[in-house]
Amino acid sequence: MHEQAETRRFARRRASNLMSLLFVVLLASLSVAILLVIVGHIFANGLSSLTLDFFTKIPKPYGEDGGGIAQAIVGTIEMLLLAGLMAIPVGVATAIYLVEFGSGRFAKTVGFAIELLAELPSIVVGVFVWALLVRNVTGYSGIAGSTALAIIMIPIIARSVEEILKLVPNGLREAALALGTPRWKVVLFVVVPTVLPGILTGIMLSLARAAGETAPLLLTSLGNNFFNFNLQKPMAAMPLQIYNYAVSPYDDWHRKAWASTLVLIAIVAIMSGAVKFLTRRWKHESN
Amino acid sequence: MNPIRSFADLIPDAVPAAESRQGAERSIAIRGLAAYYGKHKAIEGIDLDIGPGVITAIIGPSGCGKSTLIRCINRMHEVIAGAYATGSVTLDGTDIYTPGSDPVQIRRRIGMVFQKPNPFPTRTVYENVIAGLRLNLPRKSKADYDEVVERSLRSVALWDEVKDKLHDAGTALSGGQQQRLCIARAIAIKPEVLLLDEPCSALDPTATLKIEDLLFSLKIDYTIVIVTHNMQQAARASDRTAFLMADENHVGHLVEAGPTREIFLKPKDSRTEDYISGRLG
Amino acid sequence: MTLKTTAAPGSQKVGDPGDRVFSFILRAASSIVLLILIAFIVLLVIDSRESISRFGLSFLSSSKWNPVETEINKIAFGALPFIFGTVVTSLLALILATPLAIGSAIFVSEYSPPWIGKPVAFIIELLVAIPSVAYGIWGLFVLVPLMRDVVEPFLQSTLGKIPVIGLLFVGPPMGQDLLTGGVVLAIMILPTILSLSREVIAQVPRLQKEGMLALGATRWEVLTKAVLPYARPGIIGASMLGLARAIGETMAVTMVIGNSSTKITPSLLTPGYTISSAIANQFTEADSPIYFSAIVELGLVLLIVASVFNILSRILVMRLVGKGGGSHA
Repeated sequence: MHEQAETRRFARRRASNLMSLLFVVLLASLSVAILLVIVGHIFANGLSSLTLDFFTKIPKPYGEDGGGIAQAIVGTIEMLLLAGLMAIPVGVATAIYLVEFGSGRFAKTVGFAIELLAELPSIVVGVFVWALLVRNVTGYSGIAGSTALAIIMIPIIARSVEEILKLVPNGLREAALALGTPRWKVVLFVVVPTVLPGILTGIMLSLARAAGETAPLLLTSLGNNFFNFNLQKPMAAMPLQIYNYAVSPYDDWHRKAWASTLVLIAIVAIMSGAVKFLTRRWKHESN
Repeated sequence: MNPIRSFADLIPDAVPAAESRQGAERSIAIRGLAAYYGKHKAIEGIDLDIGPGVITAIIGPSGCGKSTLIRCINRMHEVIAGAYATGSVTLDGTDIYTPGSDPVQIRRRIGMVFQKPNPFPTRTVYENVIAGLRLNLPRKSKADYDEVVERSLRSVALWDEVKDKLHDAGTALSGGQQQRLCIARAIAIKPEVLLLDEPCSALDPTATLKIEDLLFSLKIDYTIVIVTHNMQQAARASDRTAFLMADENHVGHLVEAGPTREIFLKPKDSRTEDYISGRLG
Repeated sequence: MTLKTTAAPGSQKVGDPGDRVFSFILRAASSIVLLILIAFIVLLVIDSRESISRFGLSFLSSSKWNPVETEINKIAFGALPFIFGTVVTSLLALILATPLAIGSAIFVSEYSPPWIGKPVAFIIELLVAIPSVAYGIWGLFVLVPLMRDVVEPFLQSTLGKIPVIGLLFVGPPMGQDLLTGGVVLAIMILPTILSLSREVIAQVPRLQKEGMLALGATRWEVLTKAVLPYARPGIIGASMLGLARAIGETMAVTMVIGNSSTKITPSLLTPGYTISSAIANQFTEADSPIYFSAIVELGLVLLIVASVFNILSRILVMRLVGKGGGSHA
C-alpha cells in the first residue's frame, strides 16, 4: 500500500514537471516567434525596394516615384561622428574616474547621475536640447541633433567602460604601482591597453544605439530632403526618414520606409553583433 | 620531500651576513608603526629593524597583518581606498613617511613581488622586464634595454629558459617562471630593497625551491623581506625572522624578532614556541 | 613617542604633477555628466514654470487640452488624457510581456540545452538593440491591420460579451488605439525584461539548486522552491525597468496609437495619446509661450515618472546582481 502511494506521488510530480516544461517551451517559442516575425516582415518588405538609387539618390518630390535616401545616410553618419567626438572623451574619462579614482561622495553622485541619464526617455533628451540649443542658439540643426545623440551616448559609454575596467585584476595595478609608477601612467599605459578591445566595443554599442534614435532628432535636427553637409542646418537622418515616410500617404514612400528600416537594422545589428562577439571572445581570452 | 623532524635539520649552523655592497646602507628601521583600513586597525606598535645583506622573514598566523606590514614598507598599503598608516619607516636614515615625500619615488627604491604572479598580460617577456624602465625612466637605447633584460633574467635564473621566448606574452610562461619574471621586473629598476609577499603561495614545491635559491643569491645586492605562511620556507631561506600575531585583545603586533635559528630553536616567547611547534606538528 | 598621521584616511594624496593634471581632467569630465543632469532638471523646471504657475495641479488632473483659443473653449492645458494613455498602455505592456519574458528566461537558463539556449539568448540580446522606429513601422503596417480586422473583432465577440470586462472593448475596431499601443510596447520591452531576468536567474547559487536536485527534487520543484524565491526581487526589478522603458518610449507608440482623442473612456479600442507621443506630435505646433511651456512640463512629468521607476528597479536588481565586481576587492 505504502509503496503504491509513493509511486503515485512520484508519477504526479513527474507529470507536473513535464507540464511545466511544456509551458515554458511554449512561452519561449512564442517570444522568439513574435520577434522573428517582425524581423521577417522587415526583411520581406525591405529587400524588394533596395536598389542602387536608394543608396545614392536623394528623395524625389511628393508623389513622384524613385529616388533614394542618400542624404539621410550621410546625415546619420555625420551626426554620429560629431556625437562620438563629444561623447567618447567624456564617457571614457568619467568611467576611468569612477573606477580608478572615485571613492568619495563626488564619485557616488556622478555614478548616480549616469544611472539616471542612461534610462531617461529619449524624447525628454530631445525636449532638453530643444530648449537649450534649438530655440535660441542653433535652430534646427545637425549640431543640435548631435548634441542630443551625445547625451544619449555618454551614459552608455560610461557604464560599459566602467564594467570593463572593473574586470581588470587589481594585481595588475599593484604590479605597476610597485614599480614606482604614478597613477596616471598606471591607468593609461597598463590598465587601458589591457582592456582596449572592451572599451572599443562599449563605444560601438553606444554608436549602434544612437544610430537608431528617432524621437530626440525629431525635436533637434528635424530632417531634410536634400543633401546637406552643413551641421548648422537641419539635417536628415535614417530613423527620421523612416518615420516621415511611414506616416506619409504614398505607397512608394512606405516601401522606402521599409527598405530604410532594413538598412538601419542591418547597420545596428552588425555593430552590436560584432560587439557581442568581440566581448565574448575577449572575456574568454582574458580568463 | 623527506619528513622534517626538527628545524635544526633545516637551518645552516652559522648565518654569515653576506658582504654588503655599500656598507651599512639599505637598512630599514620601523618605529611605532600602525596601519588602518578606514576605522579598522590592522597592526599596531611595530618596532622592527631590517638589516642589509640578509633575508628577513615575517611569519605569523593568517590575519595577523603580515601582508599589511610589508605593504607599509613601500607605501603600497595606502593605495587601498581608505587605508593609511601612522608611525615611521626609515630607509637609510630618511623617513619614507615624511610629509611631502613621494610614494612613487619610494616605490622605485623598494621593489615588491606579490602572492600571485602578475606579469602585464599585454606585454611580452622582454617588455615585462623593462616595464619599470619604460614607464618611469627616460628612454634608453635598444642595446641598453637588451643588456638590462639579459642581466635581470640571468639574476633570476630565467635567461636560459626564456631566451628564445623573449617576444612571447609574459602570461604564456609557467607559474613559477612568471613569478621569477616578476622578480626580474622588480630588480630591473635596481631597487635597494626587495619585498616579497608570500611569493610562493601559488607555486608548486619545485618552483618554490628555485625561488628560494634565487633569493639566497640576491641577498648580496638587495635587502630582502619575505612574508610567508610556510614555516619550513622561513627556516630554510631566511637569516632573521619576525613573528607577528593577533589575538582577542590586540590587533596584529610583533611578538619577537631575531636570528631565524634562535626564533625557531629557542624562542623567548611561549606564543612563538606554541605557533612554531603547532605548525610543525 | 610621537605618532604622526602619514596619509589621512580617504584622501588620495597625489604627489606626481602628472597625477594632479590627470585627475583634474577626469574630474572635469565627470563634472560634465553632473552638469548635464542638473541642466536637465533646471531647464525643464524653468521652462515649464509658466504652465505650472498657471495651471498648478490641474495640469495633472484636468482633461481639457485646448491649445487654441476659440469662442467656446478657453485655452487650457490638462494632461490627464496623456497620463491616462501612458498608464494604460504601459500597464498593458507589462501584463502582456512579463509572463512571456519570465517563462522564456526560465526556459533559456534552466531547461534548454546550451545549443538552443545560447543562440536564443544571443538573438534576444540583439533584439534589445533594434531601434524603436523599426517596431513602429512594423506596428503601423502589420499589427494595426491585424488588430483592426482580426484581433479586435474577435475580442469584441468573445470577451466583449461579458459584463464589465466588455466595457474594455466597446466601439468600432480601428486598429490605431490604446490596445495596439500596449501590444507594441509589450513586444518592445519583452527582450529587455527577458535578458535582465535571465541574468538574475543566472545569479542563483548553483549549490542551492544542486542541493535540492540531490535530494530528489524535480526540476520544476527546484525552480519553484529554490530558484524563483531567490530571484524574485530581481525579476520584479527587471519588469520595473521594462515598465520604465515603456513609459518613456515614443516612436513605436506614436505610430500606432492614433493621436487623435483626448477623451478618457474605459474602452481600450479608443485612439489616444501617451505623454511622449503628445510631445512628439505637438511640439512643432507649440506657437505660443504657454503652449510651449505646457509641452515642456509634459517632458518634466515624463522625466520624473521614468526616473522613479528606474530607481526602484535598480534597487531591486542591485540586491542580487550588483554585489560583486568591486574594483578594489
